[in-house]
Amino acid sequence: MSTARASTTITIERLDKSYANPEKAGTGDVHYIIKNIDLVIRGGEFFILLGPSGCGKSTLLNIIAGFVAKSGGRLRLGNREIDRPGRERAVVFQQADSSLFPWLTVRENVEFGLKMRKMPKAERREISDRFIRLVGLSGHENKFPRELSGGMKQRVQLARVLANDPDILLMDEPFGALDAMTRRTMQHELSQIWRETGKTVVFVTHDIQEAILLGQRIAIMSAGPNARITDIYNVPFAYPRDPGAPEFIDLLKRVQRHFEDETEGARHS
Amino acid sequence: MSILRRKWVTLPLLWVLILAVWQLGAWVYGPEIIPGPLATWNGAKELIADGTLLQYIGISFCRVFVGWALGGLLAIPIGLIVGRVAAIRLFAEPVLNFIRFIPPIAFITLFLVWFGIGEKSKIALIMYATLFIVVINTMTGVLSVEEDKIRSARSMGATEWQILLYVVIPSTIPYMFTGVRLAMGTSFMAIIGAEMIASNEGVGFLIWNSRLFFRTDWIFVGLISLGLMGFLTDRLTAWIGRKTLHRYGIVSTGPVQR
Repeated sequence: MSTARASTTITIERLDKSYANPEKAGTGDVHYIIKNIDLVIRGGEFFILLGPSGCGKSTLLNIIAGFVAKSGGRLRLGNREIDRPGRERAVVFQQADSSLFPWLTVRENVEFGLKMRKMPKAERREISDRFIRLVGLSGHENKFPRELSGGMKQRVQLARVLANDPDILLMDEPFGALDAMTRRTMQHELSQIWRETGKTVVFVTHDIQEAILLGQRIAIMSAGPNARITDIYNVPFAYPRDPGAPEFIDLLKRVQRHFEDETEGARHS
Repeated sequence: MSILRRKWVTLPLLWVLILAVWQLGAWVYGPEIIPGPLATWNGAKELIADGTLLQYIGISFCRVFVGWALGGLLAIPIGLIVGRVAAIRLFAEPVLNFIRFIPPIAFITLFLVWFGIGEKSKIALIMYATLFIVVINTMTGVLSVEEDKIRSARSMGATEWQILLYVVIPSTIPYMFTGVRLAMGTSFMAIIGAEMIASNEGVGFLIWNSRLFFRTDWIFVGLISLGLMGFLTDRLTAWIGRKTLHRYGIVSTGPVQR
């Protein structure tokens, strides 16, 4: 598409994250959490990292976010190497309670990034109004996070990062702690917001249905250690998607089988 | 029994019970050993009439307040730095945990030598009593700031200084507050010790000096004054904390209400 999109492409080449085995210090025995990851995440796409719990998908996301240093390989955003957090990459955490600021109201939370940029108050208010409305929290501006439900807190997180106008949203199982009904609503709204804003989304989950419901492409990560990307599935279905549609169920079964084969294979090896 | 669950019934009942036990003790052991409530009240009236009681309470309170406030103001930045900078913490943490176990009273003689017999040594002692509790609490608070909060601030473009100002300090406020409140207690202990040994005024002096006249009733007056001073300042601190720092998560007061 446009050149603006190209500059938000994330290119990952032979990326490793390893640590020295603490039990055999000095022997050069190295453990890899993730090994040899190659990925290109295109600007504007909804990209899913799908894998079993503990496989290292959060580690990969944290490396992209700049929170965790890579051990080897390359990571580029557009043409630029990245090794630290940046405003163009926003992160939505799984636990809203640990990432929201409980001493700030909903509005103050949403305006946090703008305030750090020293944006004048009136301008801040205009932007926070817009994004609080977008996530459906109008009327709750002056509440504190502790007065909100889990789903509403995740909406605050979403509004807070969107207000900062990032190019990329990095989301680490953001709906994992929500009840099934709230999760469904949030998935629906996230999908809609993504289509409206055209941001790149990198979304980590271990829920296959969630992956197919949201993603354009789904990268499957193998179980760690030495986790790598084993496959990438294209999901060509139009949005909004129906989890009851035959082709949806078909793909769901295929991905499920993929994981079963892999655990089977791991058991025999 | 449901009538006993009412606060306005049980609370006066408790006080009557305490006073009764107290009076009983006075009858059994005699007023020299245990001055009863009435004898204590009469002693208090004497001390109030000649003005010493209020004056001494004022003097002790001033010493505690000045030392405590200065100590707190010094301790909070130290706690923030020690908590935030791992290299400094590496050296400071063992030192803090070493000095922390030396009670302020053990320093009285040295402080008199270093700071003189006047107010300076007493205020320095209170500062010492306050400093370590607040430093350690603040440091613990800084170390307890959730990583996700710092990470999210950083990815929203906050500088390290802004993270300290807008994330670390606000999340640490409940810890600072607890430290400051606890320090109030140790400050009272320290000042009474200091006034007993090296002062001609103050509640500690009153308690110590009364022994010369064998006025156990005055000692009781001093003890009760101390309890009241501590109780009221703690309640006041908690109230101010609740009113001004509510958004930082300071909600509980003295009595637990559920």
